[in-house]
Amino acid sequence: MFHWLEKNPFFFSVGVFVVIAFAGLVEIVPSFAEAARPIVGLKPYSVLELAGKEVYKKDHCIACHSQLIRPFKAETDRYGQYSVSGEYAYDRPFLWGSKRTGPDLHRIGNYRTTDWHENHMWEPEELVAGSIMPAYKHHFTNIADIETAYAEAVTVKEVFNTPYGDEIKAGEEAWNAYKPQVLEEAKAIAVDMKHPEVHEALKKGEVPEIVALIAYLNRLK
Amino acid sequence: MQSNASLEYDYSVAKLFTYTTILFGFLGMLIGTLIASQLAFPELNYMFGEYGTFSRLRPLHTNIVIFGFTLSGVFATFYYVGQRVLKVSMAESPFLMTIGKIHFWLYFVGALVGVITLAMGFSASKEYAELEWPIDVVIVIVWVLWGVSIFGLIGIRREKALYISLWYYIACFLGIAMLYLFNNMEVPTYFVAGGIGSVMHSVSMYSGTNDALVQWWYGHNAVAFGFTVPIVAMVYYYLPKESGQAVYSYKLSLLSFWGLMFVYLWAGSHHLLWSTVPDWMQTMGSIFSVVLILPSWGSAINMLLTMKGEWNQLTENPLIKFMVLASTFYMLSTLEGPIQAIKSVNAIAHFTDWIPGHVHDGTLGWVSFMIMAALFHMAPRMFKREIFSKKLMETQFWLQTTAVVLYFTSMWIAGITQGMMWRAVDEYGNLMYSFIDTVTVLHPYYAIRALAGLLYLTGFVMFAYNMYKTITASKRLEEEPQFRSPMAA
Repeated sequence: MFHWLEKNPFFFSVGVFVVIAFAGLVEIVPSFAEAARPIVGLKPYSVLELAGKEVYKKDHCIACHSQLIRPFKAETDRYGQYSVSGEYAYDRPFLWGSKRTGPDLHRIGNYRTTDWHENHMWEPEELVAGSIMPAYKHHFTNIADIETAYAEAVTVKEVFNTPYGDEIKAGEEAWNAYKPQVLEEAKAIAVDMKHPEVHEALKKGEVPEIVALIAYLNRLK
Repeated sequence: MQSNASLEYDYSVAKLFTYTTILFGFLGMLIGTLIASQLAFPELNYMFGEYGTFSRLRPLHTNIVIFGFTLSGVFATFYYVGQRVLKVSMAESPFLMTIGKIHFWLYFVGALVGVITLAMGFSASKEYAELEWPIDVVIVIVWVLWGVSIFGLIGIRREKALYISLWYYIACFLGIAMLYLFNNMEVPTYFVAGGIGSVMHSVSMYSGTNDALVQWWYGHNAVAFGFTVPIVAMVYYYLPKESGQAVYSYKLSLLSFWGLMFVYLWAGSHHLLWSTVPDWMQTMGSIFSVVLILPSWGSAINMLLTMKGEWNQLTENPLIKFMVLASTFYMLSTLEGPIQAIKSVNAIAHFTDWIPGHVHDGTLGWVSFMIMAALFHMAPRMFKREIFSKKLMETQFWLQTTAVVLYFTSMWIAGITQGMMWRAVDEYGNLMYSFIDTVTVLHPYYAIRALAGLLYLTGFVMFAYNMYKTITASKRLEEEPQFRSPMAA
C-alpha cells in the first residue's frame, strides 16, 4: 500500500491529512460548547478594560506573566483561588501565557491597587528591589485606543452574543453617545493617580494607556 | 529515468530564499541575544524607547526565527531538493517559475511588513500567531503559492515515486495550512462595528479554555510541522547526499513518517497540564508525548545508522559533523520534551526557564544546524564554486556547539531552581520565598545564557561570511560534485 501511495501524490496527501486532522477532532471538538460557558455572575469587560487588555496585548505582557493559577497549594497560597474554566469565557484571546519571568496576574486585582500599579509601571525597581521588569513610562504618554475597544465590544456582542447592554451598538453615532461613560470610568480610576500628564490628557477627553491598563489589572480578580 | 544527465536544474528561487535565510537568521538571532541579555542586565531595555523592551521584542525574535529564518530555509531547500528528487527542472515550466518568483517576493514583502507591525505593537497576542489579520491573509496566499509549486512540480515529474523528503515537505505544507487557518480564525472589528476603530484589530473566534486548546494544538504542532517535519525532510536528503551513503532502512523511515504524522498532533495539550482544560485531554497529551519518542528516535536512528561503517567522515568533513550532531540534538530534544510532559515533572517545569531551554536545544542544535548544513551543501551546486573555508566552518561548529550546551545547561539549572523555589515551604507550611527571590537567584544563569547567545550569533556571522565568500570569491568548479562538498582549507 505504501509503495502505491508514494506513486499517487493525491491519495498520499489525503492520507496524510486524515491522519493529522484526527487528533484535533477528537481532542478539541467534544468539550467545545461546555468550555465556552461562563461562571455565574461573570460580567463582560467594560470598554475601558478592553482598551487596557489591548495595552496588555500590545506590549505583550504574556511574554513574562501568566494568568493561570494551577491547583497546587504553593500556587493558591501565593496567588489565591485556582483558576476555573468559566472565568475565561469572555477572554478573546486567552492570555494564560507560558512563562513566569514575573508573577501570575490572574487575581492581581485582589492585592494590588491603582497607585501601586502607577508607581510600579513608572519604575518597578522602586517598589520591588531586584526587579528585572522594564519601566513602561510610555504608557503615561501614549493614548489608549478606546474607539477600537468599543468596536471590539460591539463585535463580540454581535457575533458571539456577549451580554452587553443595548447602548453598545455599531456606528459612529452610538460610539459618540457612549464615549462619555468611558471617560467617567477612566476619571474614577485616575482619582488615585498622581502623574499630572494623566489628568491633563483626561481633561482633553483622552485616556492614557496607563489608566486603561490599570482598569484592566484591577478587574483581574 | 536516469537518462537525464544533461538536465540543468534552475536554482533562481532557491537562491533567493537562501539569501533571506541568512538575513532573517542573523536578525532573529541578534534580537534573541539582545533579549537574553536584557534578562541578565535590565538596563538594556531602554535602547529604543517603547520599541526596545523585552516584551515588545520577544515576539519579534520568535516570529523572525520561525517565519523568517526557518521557513526561508524550508523553501530554499524545497526549491533545490524538489527538482532533484523529481527529476524535473523549474526551467521547463515558465508557469512554475513565475509562481516560484511570486511566492518569494510576496513572502519577503509580507515578512517585512509583519516585522514592522509587530514592532509597532499590532499583535493578536497568541504565541507564534501574533500577526494581525491582514498579514495572516498574505501568509495564506504565500502558503497556497508554495502548494502550487509543490504539486505543480510533482505534476510534471519524471521520477514516479516520491522520495522520503517529499513526504515530509507535503506533510509540512498540509499540517501548517490546517493549523494556521484554524488558529487564526478571527473577526475584524472594524467591519462589524460599522467602520469605527482600527482596521487592523480583530478578536479571536474562540474564547478562554477553547482558545487555549486551539492555540496549543497550533503552537505545539507549528513546532512539529515547522521545526521537525521539514527538517527531517532535509536530513533525509542532505545526509545521504553529502556522505554518499544510502538511507539505512526504508521500513524505518516508513514507520517513523506515519507514526510521527499520527502521534504528533495529540501531544499539543501537554502545554496545558494542570490548566482548566479537561483532565482526559491533559492525560492524552502526556501519553502521546511519551509515545512520540518512538517515531522521533526512529528518524534520528535511521540517520545515524546511515553513517554505519563511514564514521571516519565525521572527522574529515565538518558538514557531516553538523548533520550528525543535529540528529543527536534531535534525539536529546525529543527525549526531553516527553519528560517535561509527564504531569509531575511538568508541575515543576511549566512556566520556568527549562521550557525555553528545551526549545533552544531543538532549534539551535537541530533546526539551525541542519539548515546551515543544507545551505553549505547547496552552495557549491547552486553557485558552482567550492566552499570558501573549511577552517572557518570547523571553528563555527565548535563555537556553536559550546553555545548550545551552555544554553541548555544554564536553563536546566535556572528552571529547576525556580520551579523548586516556588513550591518550597518552611516547617510550618508557609511559602519560603517571595517571588522576587526566585528571580534574583537566576541572574548568573541568565548571564551564561546571554553569553551562549552571543557565541551562537558569532558562529552565525561566520556562517554568513563563509557563504558570502563562497558565492562571490571562491574557486570556480568545473563540474558538479557528486557527494562530498568541495571546500578550501
